[in-house]
Amino acid sequence: MVVPSLKLQDLIEEIRGAKTQAQEREVIQKECAHIRASFRDGDPVHRHRQLAKLLYVHMLGYPAHFGQMECLKLIASSRFTDKRVGYLGAMLLLDERHDAHLLITNSIKNDLSQGIQPVQGLALCTLSTMGSAEMCRDLAPEVEKLLLQPSPYVRKKAILTAVHMIRKVPELSSVFLPPCAQLLHERHHGILLGTITLITELCERSPAALRHFRKVVPQLVHILRTLVTMGYSTEHSISGVSDPFLQVQILRLLRILGRNHEESSETMNDLLAQVATNTDTSRNAGNAVLFETVLTIMDIRSAAGLRVLAVNILGRFLLNSDRNIRYVALTSLLRLVQSDHSAVQRHRPTVVECLRETDASLSRRALELSLALVNSSNVRAMMQELQAFLESCPPDLRADCASGILLAAERFAPTKRWHIDTILHVLTTAGTHVRDDAVANLTQLIGGAQELHAYSVRRLYNALAEDISQQPLVQVAAWCIGEYGDLLLAGNCEEIEPLQVDEEEVLALLEKVLQSHMSLPATRGYALTALMKLSTRLCGDNNRIRQVVSIYGSCLDVELQQRAVEYDTLFRKYDHMRAAILEKMPLVERDGPQADEEAKESKEAAQLSEAAPVPTEPQASQLLDLLDLLDGASGDVQHPPHLDPSPGGALVHLLDLPCVPPPPAPIPDLKVFEREGVQLNLSFIRPPENPALLLITITATNFSEGDVTHFICQAAVPKLFRILNPNKAPLRLKLRLTYDHFHQSVQEIFEVNNLPVESWQ
Amino acid sequence: MIKFFLMVNKQGQTRLSKYYEHVDINKRTLLETEVIKSCLSRSNEQCSFIEYKDFKLIYRQYAALFIVVGVNDTENEMAIYEFIHNFVEVLDEYFSRVSELDIMFNLDKVHIILDEMVLNGCIVETNRARILA
Repeated sequence: MVVPSLKLQDLIEEIRGAKTQAQEREVIQKECAHIRASFRDGDPVHRHRQLAKLLYVHMLGYPAHFGQMECLKLIASSRFTDKRVGYLGAMLLLDERHDAHLLITNSIKNDLSQGIQPVQGLALCTLSTMGSAEMCRDLAPEVEKLLLQPSPYVRKKAILTAVHMIRKVPELSSVFLPPCAQLLHERHHGILLGTITLITELCERSPAALRHFRKVVPQLVHILRTLVTMGYSTEHSISGVSDPFLQVQILRLLRILGRNHEESSETMNDLLAQVATNTDTSRNAGNAVLFETVLTIMDIRSAAGLRVLAVNILGRFLLNSDRNIRYVALTSLLRLVQSDHSAVQRHRPTVVECLRETDASLSRRALELSLALVNSSNVRAMMQELQAFLESCPPDLRADCASGILLAAERFAPTKRWHIDTILHVLTTAGTHVRDDAVANLTQLIGGAQELHAYSVRRLYNALAEDISQQPLVQVAAWCIGEYGDLLLAGNCEEIEPLQVDEEEVLALLEKVLQSHMSLPATRGYALTALMKLSTRLCGDNNRIRQVVSIYGSCLDVELQQRAVEYDTLFRKYDHMRAAILEKMPLVERDGPQADEEAKESKEAAQLSEAAPVPTEPQASQLLDLLDLLDGASGDVQHPPHLDPSPGGALVHLLDLPCVPPPPAPIPDLKVFEREGVQLNLSFIRPPENPALLLITITATNFSEGDVTHFICQAAVPKLFRILNPNKAPLRLKLRLTYDHFHQSVQEIFEVNNLPVESWQ
Repeated sequence: MIKFFLMVNKQGQTRLSKYYEHVDINKRTLLETEVIKSCLSRSNEQCSFIEYKDFKLIYRQYAALFIVVGVNDTENEMAIYEFIHNFVEVLDEYFSRVSELDIMFNLDKVHIILDEMVLNGCIVETNRARILA
């Protein structure tokens, strides 16, 4: 019995009628079974209806791949309704990855040459949506023919299909370049719009096309001018602005053509000024055009007056009550702030106002812009605003805000005390969101500020007493209390009101930190070390401290246990050394903010695998090959230099007992290798106890987006330099890298000859 | 260029979806739910432009239906905002006072109208009379 097939409307009714998800699925599955049966039977009459239903079901998210062959059959049929549904199905269901799509190529070719406009339109549409590279190559001549046809309906579609083809097969751009100039003369807006898009695409892809199209700048200017001055034209105007879409596209193309090119920019200057002043800004369409104008002015080499005009327009946008416009203004001001800093500064109060917006997109933009606007003169005021914002902002913005504040504070801090205060404030409000090296930075800073030791330790103690949940704060506070505990207990400090702190309280606080379940293992480490240091600073009895230390001697965490045992031993056997070891730490050298930036940027600082450790045995054949390439040493033992694995950036681990090497006579770092974003740097250190020894550290950083896996680096030096370099000959090094990057294995062997002079002297 | 064009109602049911760049079918439903979630959570006074992963979303609400367009960075957001309104006006004229049910029951026609206006992510025609001819 043949079940009469449902019409699309009925199916939709049924699906809507289903009350639950399960019921809906049932209905759909039943219907799909019908559809499959009907496809199998090959019923030509109702095929299009079945496919339409299938497409609806597909939109809802159910699998519909069995309809692909039906699309082909429908496209091949001669009825328009069939073709329509067939092409729609092809667009939605087929794509490059299935092989079936190549089968449509022939049908499309036939349809394109047939000459029936709606059919051609359909075919072009489908081609432009899912045409693969081979299809595009095959059908390019047809499309080119259609570009020159008299009917605008087909032409505009053909143009945009050409855009798609160029995207897929860049070589076809030479085919489509010549007709463009002629097409620009058309009056039909649809064609113009398409042509401008095509030209934009061509220019973006090849600089040669860019130069070619610079010649048409005057023509574009003319078109735009007529558009603007034409007055009211019912055809394309949207709320009073004549064809804003076309205007926007032309402006965008002008921007691309005028970038970095004086001549074209000059021709555009008047026009841009005219557009900027004449456009009606009461409606959104006008604002859209104005926005594009501003973007164009910013990008080309425009006159100074024009740039001021642009910034003023953006300022006006900022004051507008419509949030969309304000968002757009903030985004563009962010771009401008690099080049026209002072102009943007004038709008600073409004930007700060926007920080208080409840809208998430707006406040994010306002935050970025405010951070960019901070400079040495307004830093105090801005910091206040930003800190207020930090307290009330949504959690996803907190991390950005905190790091932004810390960076700005670093660059523009007027006084050290203010700097410490700011960081402290950030740590208390958003401690969990700050970057990892904030702790290190703060300790560095405090260590350097001799006069502020008492002040900082006092404040940190107070903060810690209130709240021990923010880990970075706790770590810094513990370190400080350990270092400067004597100052804390001395009790007098001019800058804050005197606070009498008892020894017992301090110890109790540190013990609380140690025992709290909120403390990370690292924090506990800090606290334990602080306790130890206090044992020399405090004048009282050390029993309590010794007790705590011995308890932790059997702690489950290995790191903590090791420390505790070592400290315990220090108490028992090496008591005479205790005072010397636990002295105040000297100021630690560290690289400037540049190192931090780099560390922030590199996605991966690869740990190097040690080259073969035993120098006496003949190595594996790969290393022998390496040596064969070095003249003067062959087949013999080589001496791999000692490779210290070290993370990018040279932050010294602060909890080392203070035998920090004095800053070495700096030997410059050397960049030895770069390829596609993977970079290798050598840095040299001479340890102080053995100045004749040179430690070479190889740091590999990956600036690109791909992951680098299986990284192996092997190094070799000629035999001459094995242990000593008595002749002070120039040091040579051969490096071999193997890694996988962007799914390709890379092997590089190279020699480093230009090691800095100091390294071998 | 426009990456996708969606019409979703307040309950999260997709009424129309057109992708101009290939997205896997299982990722599509995920994308749609996330997008509609971010649009629904915004109140009336908030900005109509959202940043989502590497697209920008521009949305407009018409009664119970949200029209969301995802674009890449090069597009002018306000122009797309206008375009959404233009599209709705075209539908209005074609169906004489369009409603969500009209769109649901005449999905193929709505697709064809959209195809007249946007070709592979680029706006091609915005003149109402010409589209509906």
